[in-house]
Amino acid sequence: MSENGILVDYTYCTGCSACEVACKQEYGRKAGAVGGVKVMELMHELPGGKLDITYYPVFTKVCSLCAPRVKKGLKPACVIHCMANVLTYGPAEELASISFKKRKSVLWKGGE
Amino acid sequence: MSEEDVTIVKTTTWSAGPGCHGNCGVLAHVRDGKVIKVEGDPEHPWNQGRVCPRLLAMPQYMYHPDRLQFPQKRVGKRGENKWERISWDEAYDLIEKRMNEIKAEHGPESMVFLQGTGRDIGGWISMLAYAYGSPNWVFGLSGISCYTPRLMVMWLTQGDFCVGDAAQWHTKRYDDPDYKIPESITMWGQNLPASCPDGFFSHWYVDLMKKGSELVVIDPRCTWLASRAKIWLQIRPGTDGALALAYLNVIINEKLYDEGYVQKWTNAHHLVRVDGVKPLLLRESDLRAGGSASNFVVWDQTADAPAVWLSDQQAYDRENVAPAFDDEYDVLLTDGTRVNCKTVWRMFRERVAPYTPEKAEEITWAPARDIAAAARMYAKSKPAILHWGLPIDTIQTTVPTAQAINHLWCLTGNLDNPGGNVIARYPNSVVTYPYNSGGGVMSLSPEMHAKRIGTWKYPALRDFRAWAHPDIMLEQVFSEDPYPVKGMWIQTANPLACTGLDPAKWLAAMEKLDFTVCVDLFMTPTAMMADLVLPAATFLEKDSLKGWWVPLQAIKKVVTVGECKSDIEINMEMARRFNPEFPWKKPQEMFDTILKNADAGMTYQELCDKTWVLPEKGHPSAPYFRYEKGLLREDGKPGFKTPSGKIELFSSWLEKWELDPLPFYEEPPYSPVSTPDLYKEYPLILTTGRRSVASYHSEHRQVPWLREIDPDAILEIHPQTARELDICHGETVWIENQFGKCKRVAAVTPAIHPKVVMAPHGWWMPEQEGSSPHLFGIWDVNINQLIPMDHHGASGLGCLAKSILCKVYKMEGK
Repeated sequence: MSENGILVDYTYCTGCSACEVACKQEYGRKAGAVGGVKVMELMHELPGGKLDITYYPVFTKVCSLCAPRVKKGLKPACVIHCMANVLTYGPAEELASISFKKRKSVLWKGGE
Repeated sequence: MSEEDVTIVKTTTWSAGPGCHGNCGVLAHVRDGKVIKVEGDPEHPWNQGRVCPRLLAMPQYMYHPDRLQFPQKRVGKRGENKWERISWDEAYDLIEKRMNEIKAEHGPESMVFLQGTGRDIGGWISMLAYAYGSPNWVFGLSGISCYTPRLMVMWLTQGDFCVGDAAQWHTKRYDDPDYKIPESITMWGQNLPASCPDGFFSHWYVDLMKKGSELVVIDPRCTWLASRAKIWLQIRPGTDGALALAYLNVIINEKLYDEGYVQKWTNAHHLVRVDGVKPLLLRESDLRAGGSASNFVVWDQTADAPAVWLSDQQAYDRENVAPAFDDEYDVLLTDGTRVNCKTVWRMFRERVAPYTPEKAEEITWAPARDIAAAARMYAKSKPAILHWGLPIDTIQTTVPTAQAINHLWCLTGNLDNPGGNVIARYPNSVVTYPYNSGGGVMSLSPEMHAKRIGTWKYPALRDFRAWAHPDIMLEQVFSEDPYPVKGMWIQTANPLACTGLDPAKWLAAMEKLDFTVCVDLFMTPTAMMADLVLPAATFLEKDSLKGWWVPLQAIKKVVTVGECKSDIEINMEMARRFNPEFPWKKPQEMFDTILKNADAGMTYQELCDKTWVLPEKGHPSAPYFRYEKGLLREDGKPGFKTPSGKIELFSSWLEKWELDPLPFYEEPPYSPVSTPDLYKEYPLILTTGRRSVASYHSEHRQVPWLREIDPDAILEIHPQTARELDICHGETVWIENQFGKCKRVAAVTPAIHPKVVMAPHGWWMPEQEGSSPHLFGIWDVNINQLIPMDHHGASGLGCLAKSILCKVYKMEGK
């Protein structure tokens, strides 16, 4: 079986936190405890003064790429609920080829 | 968990729950009578499986230890937090007795029925008010400043409401062959990804951005959308009207409007007499003895004489009329006088003429070249969406501002076109109100309607919707003039923490009233002050239906929590007790009647089986170009559902209400321009109402998964301003003005203008002491202490929530 991953097309992440709460609900994680994903905000001034706001969903070591769901043939909870549809789950090699065509994206693979 | 034990129920949202106005399809996972998980329904066209954090936190919300689960009666003093658990029958008996006493002693109009934002409540609370006999159905935000002003302006201008077309009327959505991707989207005062307001899904425009739509964002804050926009106009809060007039100025001066469209579909040709103090539309009755006041007049260039526009026939009174567009004439009236008349277009053009982009820059602080570029981009994009938000409602000049913005889609033909602003009607004509302001199943006598609070002062309220006026109602609690207000039924509303500006006044009113009931899901600051508290159900615990805007859909009861009942069940039981002729015993019977009266072609059970239904193409509630097809007017003629049948650039409704029939700009009453001396003492502009994904208005502060996303009641302040005031990020500061003060945690961010601070609204601290006078910390964090009631436009609509002055200083000193 090939290795799977999650591709983040972060250009369109709006920072809505649906991924964070989807993960907490799926695994009954407590508020305050780390979840499988955390959205980071980067706000910076570009040359010329324009502000740029970019959000990055960052997967933590707690994330198992939703192995229990995947075993049942389901997609990861964060992927199906992402409001901006910026998360794609699938074979890492396929995602890498998609990522290659995008200007901005990050590919996360499970495991250590 | 064992798969076999879990049942998955397909349903749809509406509050109570996520709090918003969205229509998400939901899959509720149930085990042993308990919802263990909620997911988005991938088959639902609205959200296609996506859902927000508030929906995903439903299990924590529903089974929260603080959730109200049974009726409670106050046994201590008001606000003392001493309660006795009672049964539903005891609660109903007590309410019936007390409300009947008020009715017997003062009349049914002395009981008011107060709701918060328009979720699954308006139909059912008005039903109860009318069954009881009171016309006083109230939304508590000062000046009814939530969508009502924009809805009213859309209705009076083009006879129908409209919204941005994100293909929400189509099952296949963006892939529908009739749909066009908008070339541009102008987001006027809304951070859409943070909420689902006004019957809209937060991320549809993100879908469209991916498909190539360019953005213009008008917002005092740099939101994520603003940072992604081609043009971002960072305007001074409350100056939207001047910006809209500048847009119109550019579009008219550079001839970027669709002249054929304007000539064919608007009242641009109609003559306005300018001989009097106020300009008035010239009517056939001015021209001819026995002429109708409903018919309007144009100048026919073929005959070089006036011609009459017959509103009921949607035609001129003779053939081959060539109406003048941009001119003025002396017209002979039936009384023999000759008066100077101008075409509506000339009046309108003269009105917007002073508002050059340079003038608008002075007023709004946004650069003139950006204003002109944004106006050009909107007018040149085919099609273009113009999406607007609540900041257009929560300013004093809401009506003329909304009108100026509304005229933009009317001038560019972006109305009911694919990928423009599409006319939004109730799906399959189903209005989910047993009483509705358009004439529903239930009604009151004209005598009782005349007692609706505020209608005697503001004629717009009489003709549009059925609200009583909140500010006049509140004042009337104290004045008892022209009649006393003695009781308040408060349902899904939290005026002490959220909708109520000047919350101390609301508290004093609650203390003065003889009897108050609060129906809610948690013990809020407002519920704490009530005599009786009833526990309401979430959307997963009730049967209901929704039709706003699309789809028409069923909300299905999945589980029961404690003794909680739905707002519908509670109100229906009380309605039956107050009105022996009340026609329904069970909610489902009422839903069947509502569906039958709309000719929806299905029963409630059939709707539940389908879960959601979109109106079929060709139905008057489905797009596009219905004004061409004769699908808007009752007579089936092409045109609009306005008095003239035209888009009314010069409004006959506003004229009738003795308001300015054309859009205009006025400064906010407390501003650097209006009150320069006050501005020296309070040198920052305070704006409120920013949305968060983690809460909807005053809800969700007690839900741990949500509170951790947005833990503090903050004040957004620019780094430069913070430095000048020696304020650090995370430090608690005072915000103060001539009306009051509150404490907030400084959130230092370059997203806000240096001269503006933003305080999100709706804050209370469920984790703090609830009993009076603490009331969960509202006197510390409630920003509404700085915002007075009773500041409206001449229409009676609007308030100051978006623009007022303040100062900010460190806790330890002044």
